[in-house]
Amino acid sequence: MRKYDSIIEVQNDLRSGVLNLPQLVRYYVSNINAKPQLNAFLEVWEEEAIKRAEEIQNRFNKGEAGKLAGMIIGLKDNICFKDHAVSASSKILEGFKSIYNSTVVDRLLAEDAILLGRLNCDEFAMGSSNENSAFGAVKNPLDESKVPGGSSGGSAAAVAGDLCLAALGSDTGGSIRQPASLTGIVGLKPTYGRISRYGLIAYASSFDQIGPMTRSVYDSALLLEVMAGGDEFDSTASHNAVPEYSKLLETKGKKKIAYIKDCLESPGLNPEVKQRIYQLIDQLKAEGHSVDPVDFPHLDHLVPTYYVLTTAEASSNLARFDGIHYGYRSKDAAGIDNTYKKSRTEGFGKEVKRRIMLGTFVLSSGYYDAYYGKAQQVRRVIHDKTMKVLEEYDFILTPTSTNEAFALGENTKDPIAMYLEDIFTVQANLAGVPAISLPLGRKQSGLPFGIQLMGRKFEEQELLAFSQKMMNQEV
Amino acid sequence: MNTDRIMKIDKSTVVKIAELSRLELDEHAAEEMVVDLNRMLGFVEKLQEVNTDGVEPLIFMTDETNVYRADIVKDEVSQKDALSNAPKKDMYYFRVPKVIGNSD
Repeated sequence: MRKYDSIIEVQNDLRSGVLNLPQLVRYYVSNINAKPQLNAFLEVWEEEAIKRAEEIQNRFNKGEAGKLAGMIIGLKDNICFKDHAVSASSKILEGFKSIYNSTVVDRLLAEDAILLGRLNCDEFAMGSSNENSAFGAVKNPLDESKVPGGSSGGSAAAVAGDLCLAALGSDTGGSIRQPASLTGIVGLKPTYGRISRYGLIAYASSFDQIGPMTRSVYDSALLLEVMAGGDEFDSTASHNAVPEYSKLLETKGKKKIAYIKDCLESPGLNPEVKQRIYQLIDQLKAEGHSVDPVDFPHLDHLVPTYYVLTTAEASSNLARFDGIHYGYRSKDAAGIDNTYKKSRTEGFGKEVKRRIMLGTFVLSSGYYDAYYGKAQQVRRVIHDKTMKVLEEYDFILTPTSTNEAFALGENTKDPIAMYLEDIFTVQANLAGVPAISLPLGRKQSGLPFGIQLMGRKFEEQELLAFSQKMMNQEV
Repeated sequence: MNTDRIMKIDKSTVVKIAELSRLELDEHAAEEMVVDLNRMLGFVEKLQEVNTDGVEPLIFMTDETNVYRADIVKDEVSQKDALSNAPKKDMYYFRVPKVIGNSD
């Protein structure tokens, strides 16, 4: 069977009859089984997916199928699907089955998407390499000695490795875009509040967003329009109207694009990546867009601000894992307090504990103002500065990651080196703006890297349309 | 804000924070945590150089205002479902270890 890069191609072949949906599900299942070493899927819902494929095929034949008929999706293992296991790749959620659907799952199912299984990730979405999973590291399908990025590493590996057509990820500081960059796919983090987080296992609630990971901009747009919009179960979900992004992928007129000079001159940036960015800048200028360097004096403050705030929020969000209500309970605990402590100590992995500890520290009396309060103030400075750039410019162009995928084990000993993986992506989460990683870079090694565009809040339509243009014109 | 203040976390702070976090650290893990937390704090110390005099903290990331609904009781999660994932339960309740009068 051929490899499909977009639902448009799938639906064309469904229409002409050269393909049927159960066949497509079996194709992905056989790809998953052929490469177990990737460790992308933690669970495959094969039987259920095939049964659903038969039903949707029937509806499709009658012209009654939803707009996602043919979309075969993997879910990051932190998104709830009723009566299915979900674990945030943590031992502490061993045996847990969701008792309700996340809003995104409800909306995908309503449009006839098929959910194929759940995808490995860094434990509680904390990591940049997918090496923090309780179920083992995920390998990059393009080079199995390399990481796929993280935290949505299983999602990225599954989409890049043709184990499904699309996947959902979640992005708190780059967890959709950085793995998209390292595996050569399209990863979109929507505006904060664009998609409901009801049913997403929380990491840092003032940052987390769910988003699509796909092989085409069109699929990204289509999934966004299905999932976006207000939700009575998530008061942070915006009620702003949701455009039909997939039908509005034509960009009009000349754009104003900013790039941050310090970011391209940063010593950690690989020269080939830098060269590619300047090449794209020249190309955009030649097409008549204006592309200017802008000052952004806070590059060094982005990741520290992110770590203070997200660890603080995580320490609070993860307090719910107590060994009592659900999940893992230590067998040899005596008394209630000891049950909490032993269950959490045995259930959480090392990086999660580190972040809970730092978060508890920055929130503790005596340190709150110096760290947590300070970081909230710096967040406003970063937010306002980013908004100011986006008042004048339509987009901000940066690399998504500093380089191609790194080797498994390369950064695991140094948490700070791992944290700096997020240097170009966290700005969008700190400011709440949408950002997309496009597979527009390739090193001489053959491995990909992504180009990131940030846009204005709730202007995903412009962002996606311009992304489509950039993908079409790739040289 | 004083910019040359370097915070150092010692072992007793780590023990205290672990207690607040409801985590247990053995001797080795506690020592490792002292090193890790000090590195992380050194890294975030960079924030002190940003002038934030008079800057309001940014807390809420959404402009959404309250959406009201009718004040009607809905049974969205049944007792059975709510208990379904509990590691220890009986027909109606979560089972927990004895809370009071443990040893005295």
